[in-house]
Amino acid sequence: MYCAAQRESDGVVLALSGEWRVAALEAISAELKAVPLAGAQRLQVQAAGAQIDISAAWLLRDYLARAEAAGLRTSFSGAPPPALGLLDRTLAAHAPTGNEIAESGEWLDAAAAVEGLGRRTVRTWQLIESALEFVGRVTVAALRGGLQLRRWRLTSITRHVYDTGITAIPIVALIGFLISVILAYMGAQQLRKFGADIFVVDLVTVGVLRELGVLLTAIIVAGRSGSAFAAEIGAMRLNEEVDALQAIGVDPMEVLVLPRVMGLVIALPLLTVIADFVGLIGGGLLCHELLGMPLAQYVNRANEAIASTTFWVGVIKAPVFAVLIALAGTWCGMRVRGSSRDLGRLTTLAVVQAIFFVILADALFAVLFMKMNI
Amino acid sequence: MTESTTPAAVAVDPIVDVRGVSYGVGGRMIFSGLDLQAQRGEITAVMGPSGTGKTTLLRLLMGAIAPASGRVAVFGEDISALDRRGLYALRRRVGMLFQNGALLTDLSVFENVAFPLREHTRLPEPLLRRLVLMKLQAVGLRGAAELNTAALSGGMARRVALARAIVMDPELLIYDEPFVGLDPISLGVILRLIQSLNATLGITSIVVTHDVDEISRVAHRSFLLAGGKVVATGSPAQLRATAAPVVNQFMNGLPDGPVPFHVPASDYREQLLGADW
Repeated sequence: MYCAAQRESDGVVLALSGEWRVAALEAISAELKAVPLAGAQRLQVQAAGAQIDISAAWLLRDYLARAEAAGLRTSFSGAPPPALGLLDRTLAAHAPTGNEIAESGEWLDAAAAVEGLGRRTVRTWQLIESALEFVGRVTVAALRGGLQLRRWRLTSITRHVYDTGITAIPIVALIGFLISVILAYMGAQQLRKFGADIFVVDLVTVGVLRELGVLLTAIIVAGRSGSAFAAEIGAMRLNEEVDALQAIGVDPMEVLVLPRVMGLVIALPLLTVIADFVGLIGGGLLCHELLGMPLAQYVNRANEAIASTTFWVGVIKAPVFAVLIALAGTWCGMRVRGSSRDLGRLTTLAVVQAIFFVILADALFAVLFMKMNI
Repeated sequence: MTESTTPAAVAVDPIVDVRGVSYGVGGRMIFSGLDLQAQRGEITAVMGPSGTGKTTLLRLLMGAIAPASGRVAVFGEDISALDRRGLYALRRRVGMLFQNGALLTDLSVFENVAFPLREHTRLPEPLLRRLVLMKLQAVGLRGAAELNTAALSGGMARRVALARAIVMDPELLIYDEPFVGLDPISLGVILRLIQSLNATLGITSIVVTHDVDEISRVAHRSFLLAGGKVVATGSPAQLRATAAPVVNQFMNGLPDGPVPFHVPASDYREQLLGADW
């Protein structure tokens, strides 16, 4: 019970009681609504029995204002609650002066749309510029490193080869195996209809060596290492470590970006070879189990299907993909500033961009190889 | 309007000489006509309310950004005229203490302090070890040499960072908000270190801070920034006596004044009552 209404001759006496706190607003509001005001001309409030906080005072204030709007005269018997007095004083101190900032929202929709478009265009352009600048600075750092072995930071590169390469072997091998099994299985289903079972071998070997081995490896590495690069460097930025490197007189490009790029350029082709190898084994096993093909026949057919270039067409793409993934990751990491929310956003963006660029590059490679008749 | 309270002290041998520097980002001017000097062997305090561009000033001094106009000279060399090589050579003569220490998280305390030496010199390992341990001893953390940076408290991390900042024996040491978030003991330690490094090694120091009381105890000269320029210079005592409203507000910590308490907003009453009730 927060209030008790008592009918008098021409009005209602409302006695408030209990703790009018923000947590009880809903119940209080329901009780107030239930108070019968029909036919009354006067509403007298006894507030002395209740403890009223600011939120409840707002509720009471609104209730009384509604009552007055409905034609009742309202008054307090005894002192009004202190919280209500505070509200009135606050509002009185902020009587409109007429020189406030105009509320936004008066903008024409069309103008806002044009402004938004312009802003976005400028921002996109700045982003492209900063990406080009980043690539340029990495290139300069790499060229400056040149032949000086000390500049290449072998320890750091080794660490990144381990982190991005060695530890990724199990997952890359597993995916390579499963993909070739799926490919062989799907192929066998279709080709069997034409009695062309033997061409499953072509499908698996050429498909894995040329495209799937390197592409899937790159996508897995983009997910694992692209995000790791962005997060590592981003966290260092938040911690001012990148600024500290600069202050010490060390180029962050040389210490942070280049070893990651180089590490991945070494690791990704090796991972691709592993994925290819495991993929071929997987295809062979499936042909053996599903089609009853002797392994010797699989090997023979594979030899015929694979041109001398097939393997290299796949592996040659790996360093390019590695550079794209590493640049996307480190660039996103370097752009982190301010907040941990930014870190999360850019880590995600690193993976998305890395995968996008990998697939885009793969498409360009496909066109290139077709023109070259490989 | 510049309220210069020390007209007598003429720049004798300024290590850092900032003259008429303007710098803006995205159409907003952060500095317009900034003049600031740090004398050799002195502790110079740069103070100002939040958002007056103290960090931007540091970036200007490090040559990370270039002023739109004016001249920033460190050791008498114009920063913006230097090429990359010159800039990096200059940075080796300058130590910098970052707000949160900015220790490299992958490395141990010892390796953090050793990092600049390993990068810039080819000292034999025993000598390098001796140098690093001496610097750690100077900040009282020789016993923590093998610790991981994650195991350090905030105050200890800042002391390690200080050891790293002085390991190359810089001529100029810049502190970015060295007192933020420290308990009174660590704060006293850092304050003592600033003073003793300045006194014993003769390192010129620039301390960027808004902790008026702490820095007043050690600074030889203070600059107060507001509104993109220096509004007052002089000893801390002189600043305190200045009548200019913005100086008075800052030095005495008044909540409202030229730097307003309220961010500009639409009408309070309107916003409270404007709802559809």
